Amino acid sequence: MISKIFFNLLQVIVVMAFSPLVKGILSRLEAMVQSKRGPGILQPYRDIWKLLHKEEVVSEQTSWIFRFTPYVVFVTPIFVTLLIPVLTNYPLFFAFMGDMLGGGFILALGGFFATIAAIDTGNPYGPMGASRTRMVGFLAEPVFMIVFFTVSFVAGSTIPYIVQEAWVTPLSNFFEPSHVLVMLAFFMLIIAEAGRLPVDNPSGHFELAMIDESKTLEYSGRGAALMKWGSAMKFFVLLCIFLNVLVSPWGLARGEGLLEVFIAVPLVLIKIFVFILFLVIIESSIAKLRLFRIPEFLGAAFITSIAAMIMYFF
Amino acid sequence: MTISSLTQLNALTGGLFLLSTFGIIAMRQVLGCLKMFILQSVFLAISALLLGYLHLSIHLFAVAAITLMVKPVLIPYLLRQTVGSEVTARREISQLINIPTSLLIAVGLTILSYFVAKPLLSVSGAAGTVTDVNLPIGIACLLLGAYTVTVRREAMPQIIGILTMENGAFFAGISIAPDLPLIAELSAAFDVLVIALVMGILTRKIHERIGSTTVSDLKTLKEV
Repeated sequence: MISKIFFNLLQVIVVMAFSPLVKGILSRLEAMVQSKRGPGILQPYRDIWKLLHKEEVVSEQTSWIFRFTPYVVFVTPIFVTLLIPVLTNYPLFFAFMGDMLGGGFILALGGFFATIAAIDTGNPYGPMGASRTRMVGFLAEPVFMIVFFTVSFVAGSTIPYIVQEAWVTPLSNFFEPSHVLVMLAFFMLIIAEAGRLPVDNPSGHFELAMIDESKTLEYSGRGAALMKWGSAMKFFVLLCIFLNVLVSPWGLARGEGLLEVFIAVPLVLIKIFVFILFLVIIESSIAKLRLFRIPEFLGAAFITSIAAMIMYFF
Repeated sequence: MTISSLTQLNALTGGLFLLSTFGIIAMRQVLGCLKMFILQSVFLAISALLLGYLHLSIHLFAVAAITLMVKPVLIPYLLRQTVGSEVTARREISQLINIPTSLLIAVGLTILSYFVAKPLLSVSGAAGTVTDVNLPIGIACLLLGAYTVTVRREAMPQIIGILTMENGAFFAGISIAPDLPLIAELSAAFDVLVIALVMGILTRKIHERIGSTTVSDLKTLKEV
């Protein structure tokens, strides 16, 4: 019991510690593909450290929502971390507190607060980015639901720890058509949710074209650090759900020993690194979609998930 | 390889085949449509190969070989040569219903075809075999091809729609009748080739005369 609580907290620490590293590696790799040198992989840590030591400026016109939001954005991925398998193969202490839909709702809560905080400031770019995020968000929602429902029907449960074994128990199940299609749909969903390239350009600095970034424009100092760190953790959590539950539930700790759990940390990071390599190749070869083409992109994801469901049921 | 793993591989191929059919509907560029059609034909050939291995049928190997030769290579080449780059390089195909709605209708058609195929499968006693996968997906592809022809307004995507229908019929056919005489396969393959060639030349002529291949511009018949 004690060890399960400890491992659960260890998961949170791993997510907090390594999520900026993932962002750093991703931007470094992207710069390398574009034959630039790019910032070092530790740059997100330096940014967060620098911002934490700067003075925070808050507009007089804002309400409590603006001040409260960075904490919500920072805390929600941590709560989701308690529910999903990051390091271990077996359910931990908080595993049955919520299922995958619960995790989705918690992440959506963070998104909701970020949206109303962006409207709160009165900065013209904030509400624009916020409404765009909502557009992407509500188009992504049905895909989310159908992917989760398909997965739950296959496994007979919605708890991520139980779901992860269902696709690979005979290894040949990995190539089940519904599994491949679900993976594809969820991959497109991650791209949309994390604001990666065909949907949103994460490295763009042009306010009019921003989707995700413009919500955090008004933040400074500690608030900006928490928002940055929170979004990095959200990306890490999404990757953990995708890799540890849907695609490759290997490399996780099976035993209760401390050593096994510590060995799982580099294995999970290696999985994420491989995925990031894949992501960089895709991002470097596609141009950003126009805003009104995003429904087509997410429509394609929706179709893929529906096809997965149909192929499983009939 | 065991029978179950072959069936599973065939199911995966079927899923990707269906996905590439959706891709034909979702694409805006003519070349994108053509690429999706190439992918679809490759999956058709793979499925024929797997079924040939399963049924130990030399005819299906021949079908796979002919398909691989004609559809992903010869037909796109011929279409691009005959129609000309002005039509094939178009990036915005005009269409009656926008793409997200089209995709939703496509899903409806797919579900419909599964419902249609279910009683057919139980009556014919083929339930539980590879026909389970191939028949509904083939019917779906047939319907989606017809839908593409209906909704797209330009000649080139309509040609691709017709070829998609043909692919769908083949996809269902290889599982229903694994011992089709080779002469039928051969004639079907060359039929398609000639049809694609004729339609390509016709499209080129229409484009030369009128300057576009949009169907809604072709309302009246008149001598020029």
